[in-house]
Amino acid sequence: MENLIDKCCDKCTHAPATPCKDYIKCRKEGPICHQDETCKQKRQDFLAAINLSEGSANLQVLICAGTGCASSGSGKLVKKLEDELAANGLADQVQIKITGCHGFCEQGPLMIVEPRKTFYTRVEEEDVAEIVSSDLVKGEVVERLLFKDPNTGEAAKTYETVPFYARQKRLVLHNCGHINPEALSDYIVKDGYAGFSRALFELTPDQVVDEVKTSGLRGRGGGGFPTGMKWGFVRQAQGDKKYVVCNADEGDPGAFMDRSVLEGDPHAVLEGMMTCGYAVGADEGYIYVRAEYPLAIQRLKIAIAQAEECGIIGDNIMNSGFNFHLKIKAGAGAFVCGEETALLTSIEGNRGMPRVRPPFPANSGLWAKPTCLNNVETFANVPQILRNGGSWYASMGTEKSKGTKIFALTGKVNNTGLVEVPMGISMREIIFDIGGGIQGGKKFKAVQIGGPSGGCLPDELLDRPVDYDSLISVGAMMGSGGLVVMDETTCMVDVARFFLTFTQSESCGKCTPCREGTTRMLEILTRICNGEGKMEDIDTLERLGRVVKNTALCGLGQTCPNPILSTLRYFKDEYIAHIQDKHCPAGNCAALLTFRIDPEKCKGCGKCLKSCPAGAITGEKKMPHVIDVAKCIKCGSCLMGCKFEAIQKV
Amino acid sequence: MKLTEEEKQIAVETSRKVSELFDPGKGNLIPILQRVQGELGYVPPEAMEVVAGYLDLPPVEVYGVVTFYNQFRTTPPGKHQVKVCMGTACHVKGGHIILDSWERRLGIKVGETTEDREYSLERVACVGCCTLAPVTLYDEEVIPKITPTKVDGLLFSHQLADKQQKEGNAGEK
Ligand SMILES: Cc1cc2nc3c(=O)[nH]c(=O)nc-3n(C[C@H](O)[C@H](O)[C@H](O)COP(=O)(O)O)c2cc1C
Ligand code: SF4
Ligand code: SF4
Ligand code: SF4
Ligand code: FES
Ligand code: FES
Repeated sequence: MENLIDKCCDKCTHAPATPCKDYIKCRKEGPICHQDETCKQKRQDFLAAINLSEGSANLQVLICAGTGCASSGSGKLVKKLEDELAANGLADQVQIKITGCHGFCEQGPLMIVEPRKTFYTRVEEEDVAEIVSSDLVKGEVVERLLFKDPNTGEAAKTYETVPFYARQKRLVLHNCGHINPEALSDYIVKDGYAGFSRALFELTPDQVVDEVKTSGLRGRGGGGFPTGMKWGFVRQAQGDKKYVVCNADEGDPGAFMDRSVLEGDPHAVLEGMMTCGYAVGADEGYIYVRAEYPLAIQRLKIAIAQAEECGIIGDNIMNSGFNFHLKIKAGAGAFVCGEETALLTSIEGNRGMPRVRPPFPANSGLWAKPTCLNNVETFANVPQILRNGGSWYASMGTEKSKGTKIFALTGKVNNTGLVEVPMGISMREIIFDIGGGIQGGKKFKAVQIGGPSGGCLPDELLDRPVDYDSLISVGAMMGSGGLVVMDETTCMVDVARFFLTFTQSESCGKCTPCREGTTRMLEILTRICNGEGKMEDIDTLERLGRVVKNTALCGLGQTCPNPILSTLRYFKDEYIAHIQDKHCPAGNCAALLTFRIDPEKCKGCGKCLKSCPAGAITGEKKMPHVIDVAKCIKCGSCLMGCKFEAIQKV
Repeated sequence: MKLTEEEKQIAVETSRKVSELFDPGKGNLIPILQRVQGELGYVPPEAMEVVAGYLDLPPVEVYGVVTFYNQFRTTPPGKHQVKVCMGTACHVKGGHIILDSWERRLGIKVGETTEDREYSLERVACVGCCTLAPVTLYDEEVIPKITPTKVDGLLFSHQLADKQQKEGNAGEK
């Protein structure tokens, strides 16, 4: 036995061809079919090694290998750490564990020392030797690498006290960053597949559907449709063949929670899908992952292969008579393919254009068979619901929105990352308590929620509880859960134009209101940003927005006016300033700006002069520089480079 | 951009080989095209015809699929592919300034390939690293928190590395 997932001795007969119904339970509590103290001890030793108890002499160093940390260089840390451990004779005592995303990529590369929960941020290759010699050898924490609160400067000793994590409720994300996503054993130690086993052996399919109904779980892909009800429809649908499909297309350009779940805890998604398969009577599943997520695809492949090898996926799973097979489909880069009917059309090998509903996928989905389609986060909630019961889940959240929601908090906020909070928390808590407020002490202006289908919330709405229904009532939408925080330097007209640029280029062109409407609305917004707008443009935008909303075929068109309508609702004065005063109050729209250097602040370092592509800047060393407005192409390079904030946009 | 006879030949052979790895069902059209692009870097009309023949589809249908999805390109990419993230978080943090810098430094517009086929420039909508915005993908590598000066530095260091590699190879011969 080399791994927790292996058999303890030859008495264990489990293999995919000769499956045992107690396979999952046996890994943690076994052996079950025979009495043997040495076998039991072996299992317990493995468990102890994976799950270190407090005060243990053995240590684990967790290194984040998610996309974010990898891009900041976490890959190099592993090799370096191995070398340092060997040099200090610690190789046997300290285990290195590669994890998925912790959701705090901005502080990456991240390193955690367990069981002490020490949390090191921005670890570089050069820091590894010190971590080994001080922390691992002597037990002295390396202070300078701890996370420091940007407001108080206080260092957090463990990840639990980092303000960013302390106020979250990490349910779906509980494994992310704490287990090795490429090791099935790690997942099983954290009670993985226990919920699925319960479903298979203790519940009928109808009872599973009921459990999910009781939980109150609603779809996390944006629409918020009750998941249990959807499963019920597919269960009742007539058909010899049914499918389960996972929507991992994550098209909102500013959301990455699905990426992190897939990279950090892929088995949770598989478990959710299989539980769904059992409940609705499907024996085949597809995961449609966007091609921009190569690491997520790789992790899923590994997870599926491991589960197949152990007989958790396949025929007659754990001798239950239930069969389930899973395939991965890589998306090919089209936002509209996140829409459920377009996604199914795309899996079938066509241009991913939405179909008219009804019929709904529950009755006629993939290859016209009944299909249950859910989002990644939705499926990742299921294992815990089955493990702990629907009413446990329903005890969290608000009356109509249960459980937690993961948000991708980005933009001009101090702590950016993935934030999982109970439904019903206020936006202010998310941005100011967890997010640590606005960067550089600037003033908060708005938060954009729900990506291209969502809207902006101004300061006065920040105290409302966040759930599906309250967001709709203020003209926004939960959407995928992307939260982009904007400060006084963000122009709201430009934000609307940005989203329309996106939806216009992603509109599939099937229906006229969306195809033509997005083009016209984008034209008008561009005109306004360039200072060429007319006052009647505002009315036209409002009218056009309403028409497209009411007449487009699919959700893309129906929601694409939201960014315009909501900015018009709360920030109309900015539109008017662009049109009447030819002025961009946020100092963002290039056509309405001039760049100048403040001679008082300029130190004459010459950096801007070098970076200017237009040769517009002149000046002697150590003397204030000047910008030739006639030559300046308003690229902003100089501004981004000046350390003394001497360059202004007016 | 005109393809040479040799390039066309390779395209035909590669797409034939790739096609045969899959069952000839319509559901495999996109996976086949993805694999072809993986090997060739692009999907030229010659390849589309081969794939269409294998799946018994009209070539125009394959063309329709190729042009519908952003992932596919029909012309050869540069040796290095620069993809600038234009997602929301990157936009708010000045992604367009970064795109401008790349366009200027490479002397091409987004969607184009440099004359010497060294670089091609594209835009992507979010690579899932929004907390590190603005982001650029250089080949498969994610470059976090990029600035116009970093663009210059990156190009310079990669060009230097390429040059050294070429000289090294020449030395071996
Ligand atoms: C234009 C458009 C894009 C969408 N993109 C996604 C997406 O990226 N991921 C997702 O899970 N759902 C997306 N959806 C919602 C899906 O259509 C569908 O409602 C959802 O995946 C159902 O799963 P759920 O009930 O678990 O939320 C999108 C919808 C529209 C109209
Ligand atoms: S609303 Fe837009 S994306 Fe949806 S079907 Fe119509 S044109 Fe296509
Ligand atoms: S970079 Fe700033 S300080 Fe330096 S010369 Fe330019 S404006 Fe002056
Ligand atoms: S904005 Fe660009 S073009 Fe204008 S002065 Fe600055 S660097 Fe030069
Ligand atoms: S990738 Fe490491 S924290 Fe997100
Ligand atoms: S918006 Fe650029 S990585 Fe997400």
